[in-house]
Amino acid sequence: MPIFYERKQLITPGDLLAEGDYEASENTYKEDNKIYASRIGLMDYDQKKVYVVALKSFYVPRVGDTVIGKVVEVGLSGWIVDIRAPYLATLRASDALERPFNPRENDLTAIFDVGTLVIAKIIAYDRTRDPLLSIQEAGLGKIKRGQVIKVTPTKIPRVIGRKGSMVNMIKQETGCEITVGQNGVILVSGKSPEEERLAMMAIRKIEQESHTNGLTDRVTEMIRKEKRGEKNA
Amino acid sequence: MKKTPEKLIDEKGNRLDGRGPTDLRPIKLEVGVLGNADGSAYIEQGKSKILAAVYGPREVHPKHLALPDRALLRCRYHMAPFSVEERKSPAPSRREVELSKVIREALEPSLFLEYYPRTSIDIFIEVLQADGGTRCAGIIVSSLALADAGIPMRELVAACAAGKVQGHLVLDLTDIEDKGGEADMPIAFMPTCNAITLLQMDGMLTNDEFEQTLNMALDGCRQISQLQKEALKAKYVAVKEAVEERIQ
Amino acid sequence: MMVERVKQKQIAQLISLGKRLDGRGPTDHREIQIEVGVVERAEGSARVRLGKTEVLVGIKLEIGEPYPDTPDKGVLTVNAELVPLASPTFEPGPPDENSIEIARVVDRGIRESNAINLEKLCIQPRKKVFVVFVDVYILNHDGNLIDASALAALSALLNTKMFNYEVKEGEIEVKPDYTPLPVTNFPIPVTFAKIDDKLIIDPWLEEEQVMDARLTMIVEKDGKICAVQKGGSGCFSVQEVLEITKMTQQKAKELRKIVVKEK
Repeated sequence: MPIFYERKQLITPGDLLAEGDYEASENTYKEDNKIYASRIGLMDYDQKKVYVVALKSFYVPRVGDTVIGKVVEVGLSGWIVDIRAPYLATLRASDALERPFNPRENDLTAIFDVGTLVIAKIIAYDRTRDPLLSIQEAGLGKIKRGQVIKVTPTKIPRVIGRKGSMVNMIKQETGCEITVGQNGVILVSGKSPEEERLAMMAIRKIEQESHTNGLTDRVTEMIRKEKRGEKNA
Repeated sequence: MKKTPEKLIDEKGNRLDGRGPTDLRPIKLEVGVLGNADGSAYIEQGKSKILAAVYGPREVHPKHLALPDRALLRCRYHMAPFSVEERKSPAPSRREVELSKVIREALEPSLFLEYYPRTSIDIFIEVLQADGGTRCAGIIVSSLALADAGIPMRELVAACAAGKVQGHLVLDLTDIEDKGGEADMPIAFMPTCNAITLLQMDGMLTNDEFEQTLNMALDGCRQISQLQKEALKAKYVAVKEAVEERIQ
Repeated sequence: MMVERVKQKQIAQLISLGKRLDGRGPTDHREIQIEVGVVERAEGSARVRLGKTEVLVGIKLEIGEPYPDTPDKGVLTVNAELVPLASPTFEPGPPDENSIEIARVVDRGIRESNAINLEKLCIQPRKKVFVVFVDVYILNHDGNLIDASALAALSALLNTKMFNYEVKEGEIEVKPDYTPLPVTNFPIPVTFAKIDDKLIIDPWLEEEQVMDARLTMIVEKDGKICAVQKGGSGCFSVQEVLEITKMTQQKAKELRKIVVKEK
């Protein structure tokens, strides 16, 4: 069963990647037993499937994802949150409050106003309705401190690393708390702005060099070099 | 007002700008030129200069236009007042309305609109300078802008016009050739899919001439499709190379 | 106005067997009825019924100024209106993209085929010419508006009379008698729709709602193609386009006999 490109080769939409019984996985489509790319990216495959690691794409909500969003509207019974997706998400008042929601007594803007950043989980989403958020689990809720950095959603797995190896390394080296939203928004919270800056630099580097090898080592090296540089300054 | 020169093409098929009958004008393509748009691209084709921007998929405004099972594709083809010889009023003309429609219909078959129900994908084409072939150039950059926005598609849509000028069949007509010629046929084509998504003609052609002109335009599209792929890759290859240099 | 999915499948299945819901074959037109001179106040008029699609075209002649780049030619201007009473989907308001497309394609057919001898419409070069207003009025939408409109426009032009005049001391004096508008070509439209890889001629409304795309070709009296317009959000293969080009020639001849006969 023929495959027409090599792994990690740059391909464009419409390029014929393979022919035969393979499964057409991410960023590909199948027609007449042939698999074509649907986005620009790096091609890859295994025994069963052919897929493309897209260089540019936008976040499509998935139930169970942790996302970081910004409140853009305060409604009568909840908030509308921008999660950098084609759809705006909803957070219900009943989810944010411990007790039942009474519109006459509870002023929602006092809890979250327009512009508030929140970490939330997507608990419902399908083709017929916008994503629904929840902040009930521990670690979710209003963001009170720290800085937010945005990356292309396709780079998020690289930022996390295999079994969290990359993000854990950054946490260790910089002393920051890092929350990674699947929607490409990352919260960095350290004891000082300097620590936060180091973490953000590391994340930027990962975004730019995500397709290369030995990245974890290079990022570690870069952070340590920066820290040494500061001591000398 | 300029007067059309008497002779647009000689017996050997040499045209006013020195091209042969099957030569495309020099084309320069750039992807990702605008900061705010989700995707964008720019073309210079001879003297024509056209810019395209894509926003989406995003929430539909006004809401009642949203489609339950697919994304709404909207397209606006617009010419800047200074883009043509005699200043054009900024208000949309009937021609711009028709072209907005046919361009949208040329791009729609390439997209998987059913992946994003209840959203809209908005394409904005601005003709900054017009010298013939603007709807084709508009399609070329719109398709690149859609790919640049990360919107999944079957294939990039290429577009090119061919026609008949003073008895000769030629490729990629300039404005003066279109005005002084006997026929103009703009088409849009996805070569791998073998799909013609735009086909218009005005003028007078026999069935045979029609077939020959169509084939000429299709060849032009195949060449342009290659240029589009290179332009799309160029944006990412540059980033990749810069990074690899730093690593070394 | 959405066609139920069940019906969509039904239409597609029948077509793959070479049949259509209304009993027609793939290359059969609906019944065509043409009536001319239906609006006496207009200089020319025609009403065309293509199946249940009904289009009325009125022609008005006025005296006006020529365009600066064609100082010795008359002016042709085509406008189309999708009148709200014609369909539940038509709303009152300025022309939308559909009515503009219809007008411009009908215009192209007439203009590129030189159907009207515009030079004969010149009264005083650079100063006064006849302006031909072709107003297409869609009265009932049951599919294939472009063909019905172009046929009605041609029929109306064949019905149009220009008043005679004399130029005395720079003033135009209208005389009581008339001459027919000089119509020297007969552009005929043929539209094919594509449904599930099958090509059918003259789609009616429900076929239009499930079609992938349509291709309209306008052919003049010597068989030359003078306008082509693809519409719809689908596509055609190269082979399909060439197939349509061939089938159109025969159909255009048949239709022209019907239109040009009625004067």
